[in-house]
Amino acid sequence: MLLGRTANGLYWMSRYIERTENMARLLDAGLRMALTRTASSSDEWNSVLLSAGAEHAFNQKHQEVTAETVSDFLLRDPANSSSVMVAIETARNNARMVRTALTRETWESINEAWMALKRMLASPVDQRELPSVLDAIKRETALIRGSLHGTALRNENFDFAQLGTFIERADNTARILDVKYYVLLPSIAWVGSTLDNYQWESILRSVAAHRSYRWVYEADYRPTNIADYLILNGRMPRSLAFCYLNISESLSYLEKDYGTRHCCHDTLDQTLSKLRVNSIKDIFDAGLHEFLIDFIRDNNRLGDEVAQNFRFY
Amino acid sequence: MTAFDEMHPQDTGLRKPYSAYDRWFQAQDPTRLTEKMRDAERVFRKTGITFAVYGEEEAAERLIPFDIVPRIISGSEWRRLTQGIEQRVQALNAFLDDIYHRQEILRAGRVPKELIASNEAFLPEMIGVRPPKGVYTHIIGVDIVRTGEDEFYVLEDNARTPSGVSYMLENRETMMQLFPELFQRVKVRPVENYPQLLRQSLSAVKPDNAHDAPRVAVLTPGSYNSAYFEHAFLADQMGVELVEGQDLRVIDGHVAMRTTEGYKQIDVLYRRVDDAYLDPLTFKPDSTLGVPGIMDVYRAGNITIANAPGTGIADDKAIYSYMPEIVEFYTGRKAILGNIPTWRCSEPDSLKYVMEHLAELVVKEVHGSGGYGMLVGPTASKKEREDFAKKLMARPSNYIAQPTLSLSTCPILTEKGLAPRHVDLRPFVLVSDRIQIVPGGLTRVALKEGSLVVNSSQGGGTKDTWVLDD
Amino acid sequence: MLLKISHRTEYRYDAPLLYALQRLRLVPYGGPAQTIKTWSLTIDGAREEVRFTDHFGNDTRLLSVEGDPHVISVEASGEVETHDTAGVMGAHRGFAPLWLFGSETRLTTAGDGIRALAGGVGGGSDLDRLHRLMGNIRERVAYTVGATDSGTSAEEALLQGTGVCQDHTHIFTSAARLLGFPARYVSGYLMMNDRLDQVATHAWAEAHVANLGWVAFDVANGISADARYVRVATGRDYREAMPVSGIRLGQAQEQLAVHITVEQ
Repeated sequence: MLLGRTANGLYWMSRYIERTENMARLLDAGLRMALTRTASSSDEWNSVLLSAGAEHAFNQKHQEVTAETVSDFLLRDPANSSSVMVAIETARNNARMVRTALTRETWESINEAWMALKRMLASPVDQRELPSVLDAIKRETALIRGSLHGTALRNENFDFAQLGTFIERADNTARILDVKYYVLLPSIAWVGSTLDNYQWESILRSVAAHRSYRWVYEADYRPTNIADYLILNGRMPRSLAFCYLNISESLSYLEKDYGTRHCCHDTLDQTLSKLRVNSIKDIFDAGLHEFLIDFIRDNNRLGDEVAQNFRFY
Repeated sequence: MTAFDEMHPQDTGLRKPYSAYDRWFQAQDPTRLTEKMRDAERVFRKTGITFAVYGEEEAAERLIPFDIVPRIISGSEWRRLTQGIEQRVQALNAFLDDIYHRQEILRAGRVPKELIASNEAFLPEMIGVRPPKGVYTHIIGVDIVRTGEDEFYVLEDNARTPSGVSYMLENRETMMQLFPELFQRVKVRPVENYPQLLRQSLSAVKPDNAHDAPRVAVLTPGSYNSAYFEHAFLADQMGVELVEGQDLRVIDGHVAMRTTEGYKQIDVLYRRVDDAYLDPLTFKPDSTLGVPGIMDVYRAGNITIANAPGTGIADDKAIYSYMPEIVEFYTGRKAILGNIPTWRCSEPDSLKYVMEHLAELVVKEVHGSGGYGMLVGPTASKKEREDFAKKLMARPSNYIAQPTLSLSTCPILTEKGLAPRHVDLRPFVLVSDRIQIVPGGLTRVALKEGSLVVNSSQGGGTKDTWVLDD
Repeated sequence: MLLKISHRTEYRYDAPLLYALQRLRLVPYGGPAQTIKTWSLTIDGAREEVRFTDHFGNDTRLLSVEGDPHVISVEASGEVETHDTAGVMGAHRGFAPLWLFGSETRLTTAGDGIRALAGGVGGGSDLDRLHRLMGNIRERVAYTVGATDSGTSAEEALLQGTGVCQDHTHIFTSAARLLGFPARYVSGYLMMNDRLDQVATHAWAEAHVANLGWVAFDVANGISADARYVRVATGRDYREAMPVSGIRLGQAQEQLAVHITVEQ
């Protein structure tokens, strides 16, 4: 038996842990681009803000898009509900609320991550320290995931935590793709230019896939392969397909355990069928941007339905 | 005035309960002990045993300092204490039953009617309610102070929602982690079965019509409450749900909690929400911490609320001063555990005495707790005493006064070695079809040299409390 | 006198209700001045959760409501045989101690106005003083519908000089307590001689007088209760004796329609 409020807490705890990590990865990719391509660095930081869904909030506060302003906004700004500091704090508040549903190790890893990041982000981060701070954020979230996976009983609690992780991750990957979908379109004239190579690498880097890509495709960056990798490859841990395999697993456990099928199960099936295309070409033919917009919308709907069906409120 | 030290009394050297510990202690490397002290703090901070202090900015999370020198009580001392506590707890429950029924003790003139009539803790909504097994206070914390070898006094009764039991358990856990070898040398009676006892105790007072395996839940005001850690800890250790008001509603004649599979009935609710916030339909209409209609379900006999609403009438400081009469009235015997002499400022003679002796007395608010709003005469400045006197004269019936007791001391470990500090003791009592007291309790210690205020909100710390198996 | 009573309350909500509770005190109980022949409480559109006897001995029911907009109706009806005891209800019963009825509530806290009112009652026998208090209140506070609401306190009503039976009763209980009489609020029905349909439930006061016990005073009508009165619930004030009280979650607005008939 699980309280609806606890399911809600587990779900959002995981979403915010995932968000904490995703922010660090986005910044990491932005930093890399800015270091290698100084000329277009403000464009690059702009797309980081877009991918983070933070451009509006950012513009209200800052005039200039620079490495300093963007990284500070995404790392520390209390006005940004997705900044690393706010995200880890929200994750920790949720964890605190559902403490009895967590193992001691999991709670401690979240609490320690919060304490460590709070200390690290207490004052603006020097740009020279940025790489090590980003590493530390990724390490802390990895520790949380490790203790969760190493100690949690695979019951309904775990399922709701998984749902949070993968709905958040799918949203993140889809948004990164959508912000730069145009550089993946095969028709663009400057295909093959060095600029594209960097853009493609940046996409891969922000989902930590720039090395594994080569193991899978044994080739130079090609837009169709990149899209295929991030959308359809079920073995790539940040792809949409991978996220939905996990979401599907958790939702079917819940269906079996509770003996009840809800409308979220139907929404899941619809999305799964869209991901079960013959090849990435089908998606390009129907329109990559449209595909991603639909996906983001359906993914949000799934989250809302999960909350409603399992009585989060 | 020199205080009685429980380890090293001035005249006799080392007291016997401490002899085994002392042998171990003498053999320790002081630097290693200092390290252990830091380890302990890390353990607490890591597990998040923190508390929010009211009035501090942004609900800063602070640790209650923990001292690694145990407070040790011999088996025979403990037996005498528990007899006194049991008698007192029986009397408290009999008093509550009487107050919400025939009020014989008021009719007999042993306790003045005005004390009840003018008391906000008296809940008319409880009149005529007899909870399952006749138990009103299921969990009681009795604060006890010591002034000499054979001198124990009750400082106050906590009959509403006594807190601190999680510290008793975590302190022991921490000590066993830090010094496993010590527990092989000294036979200390265990406290770790408290959560199981609590669950059994709560289950035993299920409503008469509930099924055999009643569903128990802990009701917390939420994660921003200063004692939230304890609420979560107890629910977890008992293996029951930790619920908030927003999870609960009245359904099918019962209080039920919203789960991922719909609403499920609750039979026994261990609530850590104050009476006034428990039911917006009955008490404060704007409370969001409670459950609308829970009092109706309660009066209909479909849920047990622990502790019962309205038990605060028994732990009020003005009622406290009548505890010797109350114990005698209901048990027919003199109280085994004495009260500290108390002046009720509502009485003109007492008020006069208190005003003349402010510099020697401790003056407390009748309904206060947590060490707030009190005056410790001997350590207060002249100005503090004068300001307090004005408040006292404005509302005398709001205050009681007690002599400044020379509380016993126990050594704590400081950078310069052992140093005596004043302590008190809160054993935890469970009442169901029987009375159970876990051997131990929460020892609170005033960390500042000479200070008599042990409250955690005022710079107090805690110690592991050992009852020896002798 | 055999009185036939029908009391129908209808609630309508203009939007879905997340959740609402209604607490009903609509079942009279027998006593020296009344015998309940038949009584029924019919509820439609809501669920009865529990029933219990409250701390003042009132039969109390808790209803819950949720879901799409709909009509909820509560109909209390039955026949009550009443006896004229000249307002005397007899000795105090129940666990609620008499002294409790000497204590103020938020709605009956005395201010300067009520203190002056009580002070002006003068001497005489207990009954004389209470009757004089009743008369003085009638002179000071005109019966006016709509000038006060259910949250108006005794002191406020007295100062503004207008009110309904609820306000008259609050002022009386508050002042009677100052004079040393335990006093309580009674909600119930009154058969008005000239009509079948009554606008609302009625309210009057009872004061406890040595040797007689509880004695009823209907300030609004200036008499002690007789055989035309049916007592339903008592408390220290309106809040505690209210026929219907509730709590509601969500945005829905409530519309209320009450229809009461009392006939012989």
